[in-house]
Amino acid sequence: MEEQIYNIPADQLRSKVLELRNQGYEMLVDLTVVDWYRKRDDRFELVVNLLSLSKKKRARILSNISNEKLECESLTDIYPGANFYEREAFDMYGVIFSGHPDLTRILMPDDWVGHPLRKDFGLGKIPVQFKNAPKV
Amino acid sequence: MMEEKEHKDFQDSEYWATNAEQGGWSLASTDEGNQKMDIEEPQEELNIQMGKEVLDDYIGREEISSEDDRMIVNMGPQHPSTHGVLRLQVELEGEIVRRVKPVIGYLHTGMEKTGESLTYSQGCTNTTRMDYLAPLFNELVFSLTTEKLLNIEVPERAKQIRILMTELNRVTSHLVALATGGMDIGAISMMIFGFREREMILNFFEKTTGLRMNHNYIRPGGVAADLPDGWKKDIQEILEEIPKKLKDYDQMLLDNPIWNGRLRNVGILTTQECFDLGITGPSLRASGYEWDLRKVEPYSGIEKFNFDIPVLEDSDVFSRWRIKVLEIQESLKIIEQAMETMPKGDYRVDDKKVTPPPRKRLDESMEALIHHFKLFTEGFKVPEGEAYVAVESPRGELGCYIVSDGSSTPYKMHIRAPSFCNLQALPVIMSNSPIADAVASIASLDPVIGDVDR
Repeated sequence: MEEQIYNIPADQLRSKVLELRNQGYEMLVDLTVVDWYRKRDDRFELVVNLLSLSKKKRARILSNISNEKLECESLTDIYPGANFYEREAFDMYGVIFSGHPDLTRILMPDDWVGHPLRKDFGLGKIPVQFKNAPKV
Repeated sequence: MMEEKEHKDFQDSEYWATNAEQGGWSLASTDEGNQKMDIEEPQEELNIQMGKEVLDDYIGREEISSEDDRMIVNMGPQHPSTHGVLRLQVELEGEIVRRVKPVIGYLHTGMEKTGESLTYSQGCTNTTRMDYLAPLFNELVFSLTTEKLLNIEVPERAKQIRILMTELNRVTSHLVALATGGMDIGAISMMIFGFREREMILNFFEKTTGLRMNHNYIRPGGVAADLPDGWKKDIQEILEEIPKKLKDYDQMLLDNPIWNGRLRNVGILTTQECFDLGITGPSLRASGYEWDLRKVEPYSGIEKFNFDIPVLEDSDVFSRWRIKVLEIQESLKIIEQAMETMPKGDYRVDDKKVTPPPRKRLDESMEALIHHFKLFTEGFKVPEGEAYVAVESPRGELGCYIVSDGSSTPYKMHIRAPSFCNLQALPVIMSNSPIADAVASIASLDPVIGDVDR
């Protein structure tokens, strides 16, 4: 299947997605964020995967989110399926999607502090205490 | 007046109530009289009673009651029919579900985070634990993405072994879906049957990969081991047995009035809703849209095989159940062809930077020892870039997105899990239907919580 990759600034993301939707991309397949901590100027990059079932094409939109705001516009009114993905991206990376109907944590507990998939969130940072663990 | 009329009825009909002929009994006071059946049932009524025609779907009361009549009930996360630890907040009005909110995350173990610290050759041990009913698909999609970044082509035999194993895995996964779906609706025999047949294939998996689940068998660069001696005999046995059992299931369920009454016209999910919510796989095909990545985006040489894509039009729970049975039959066709045309040759790619050397070479060659050491301590390096590859898992499009920064661990590993996305359909198919249908609706989507939470 042919795959097209677009690099779009965050403020034009929504209009580009709308345009692609009108071109026959019926489905939002995937939405995720890449954390380029200390590697790029704009830390977070949004990755949106669209699929056109009628034309058998894929499109991937890469868009940098500015460091000051960490915010981009929600796609839930264009593709309702973006709901869970945006909640996941918010939960894991702390990117805010303005206009999302229910932007709450989805996988982590509600009282969790921090965003675990960020590169500066260390693996094994939180010690886990096991009951009845043998004393060393 | 009333009594007289009933008395007359009694005299005309052939029915009689106990002791009624002795007089002094009012027919209305006996149980038998109230249960009187028509001598000739009209054909339409009979069709409904026999399950040949189903008039459902339940239409709830239209008028909206006050807030006081509604209550929010928590279902799960330990409820047996939620297929794991899915929690649902259900807003009920009497017996009707008005709103649903799925609450997930109870099985979240941070596998995408773990994946960033495992090398590419270790990565499959991680992804295989996500969708634990279809582990080989998770390994396959991770391996395919890594190979796309490495730009290597695996040998023909490795490709065909992958197809053989994943299609067998599709059969086991659908069998579990049929089994647990049957159990949710009350067909306990179906639960026993499904798990019994699955065991036969799991035994073959154990023979080939060493484990019944979480195999780590498909790896970047090929598969871990060749097929065991006598594998053709095992596959032939599977190919003989499973179709017989499928016939048994059909005999038990296909014309069963209870099964039809519980499933038909329940939980409608149309094609447009599937598009909007990103739902793929059996649910999309059961809504009348032909879409299968094995046909439109073939992987591992699956385009060579001759098979059909079953499509059903009804878009209800029944067609989502039925399509799984039909897909098992199609998968068996692929397995048969893969068995007959299995090419000879190597089962791993002939690239010393990716494939570890055989054990025997370690004693003879210094170079082999160095390669072995480097591969198992540091792992192989993958060129910079990003790739998204998708395969058709039993639940829909299973995708893997890897960003590589040129080191031997993925910079970012994201799995597009079909169950995670499919769960968004729950509020659509569950709201405004009785709570008895809710369980059937959940079962029809076949969510695997390991895949949802990752």
